[in-house]
Amino acid sequence: MTVDEPGEEPAEQPDRTPSGVRLLLEAGRPRATRGQLIGALLCGLLGFALVTQVHSASGLGFTTARQSDLVDILDSLSSRSDQLRAQIATEQTSLSKLTGGTNQTQAALDEAQTRVETLQILAGTAAAMGPGIELEISDPQHQVGADVLLEALEELRDAGAEAIQISGASGHAVRLVASSYFLDASDSSGIIVDGTELAPPYDILAIGDPPTITTAMGIPGGVLETLSGKGATGTVVQHDVVRVTALHVLSTPQYAHPAPAASSAG
Amino acid sequence: MIAALALAVGVVLGVILHPTVPVGLQPYLPIAVVAALDAVFGGIRAILDGIFDDKVFVVSFIANVLVAALIVFLGDQLGVGSQLSTGVVVVLGIRIFSNAAAIRRHLFRA
Repeated sequence: MTVDEPGEEPAEQPDRTPSGVRLLLEAGRPRATRGQLIGALLCGLLGFALVTQVHSASGLGFTTARQSDLVDILDSLSSRSDQLRAQIATEQTSLSKLTGGTNQTQAALDEAQTRVETLQILAGTAAAMGPGIELEISDPQHQVGADVLLEALEELRDAGAEAIQISGASGHAVRLVASSYFLDASDSSGIIVDGTELAPPYDILAIGDPPTITTAMGIPGGVLETLSGKGATGTVVQHDVVRVTALHVLSTPQYAHPAPAASSAG
Repeated sequence: MIAALALAVGVVLGVILHPTVPVGLQPYLPIAVVAALDAVFGGIRAILDGIFDDKVFVVSFIANVLVAALIVFLGDQLGVGSQLSTGVVVVLGIRIFSNAAAIRRHLFRA
């Protein structure tokens, strides 16, 4: 289309070769003809377009890529994104597992702590406070024996007393727990509670519902009536806050051990 | 000489202005550039053959660019734009190579 129109010439023309450069220089000699100017203009346009195209081709990575290449890239990207998505799901699962585990552990710990505190109060190894009553037993004739005090203790427990302590004239208090026992002192000057000798007047502190316990003490044939029958006097005083501070010393069981099923149930 | 100078000026202008190609022109510009390159090589060969003519050069340059753009446009309309563009580039490449071979024989006698 370019050189074909003027007529095709054989390429091999060795005799013309020396004049080749001269011809080129001849043609390049500046002449201000219209043809030269238009040719120059077109060449300038070509250079401009060339650079522009190079710029745009290097600037736009994917616009010049072939369709199959683009499909490949898209495939690899989507498979990679699937992988990453699966990884995210796995990590989130393990994260929620870990946080859930921590919460569960904390909840179990809290529950165990509450249980320990409850059991300590029931076993008498921790001080307790709460609403309750004070039962003062004055026994000037030393007629109140262990049986009366045991009956009083059982009445208190029936009435729902949760923590109980007894103290004698010396002021020394003994916590009353499940294994507590009462003995008449040999010289009948008082009683022995859990190995501690107490002398009247006795002072019993019990934590529980004050009206219920007061009523229980006062029923016919109850503790107060028994005391008055013995020539002693019992006085029940209700308190908003009673502090049971005497502690029971636990002895480690020598033969009994926790059974596995029971411990896992706890 | 003027043409070579104008080419250099065009390149410099392109570098300095850094123009963005309009979207409508984007499919045609690469093919048009290749076609224009073919025209330029043909013109150089014609100079060496001693048969260069200003009018022929200008007409062939413009016709080359227009025909190349038309082919790409047709290809796009027919849905075979990329294949046809490849074909045009191959044909123009072959022509550029043959023209360059002729120029080489003239200049280096080899």
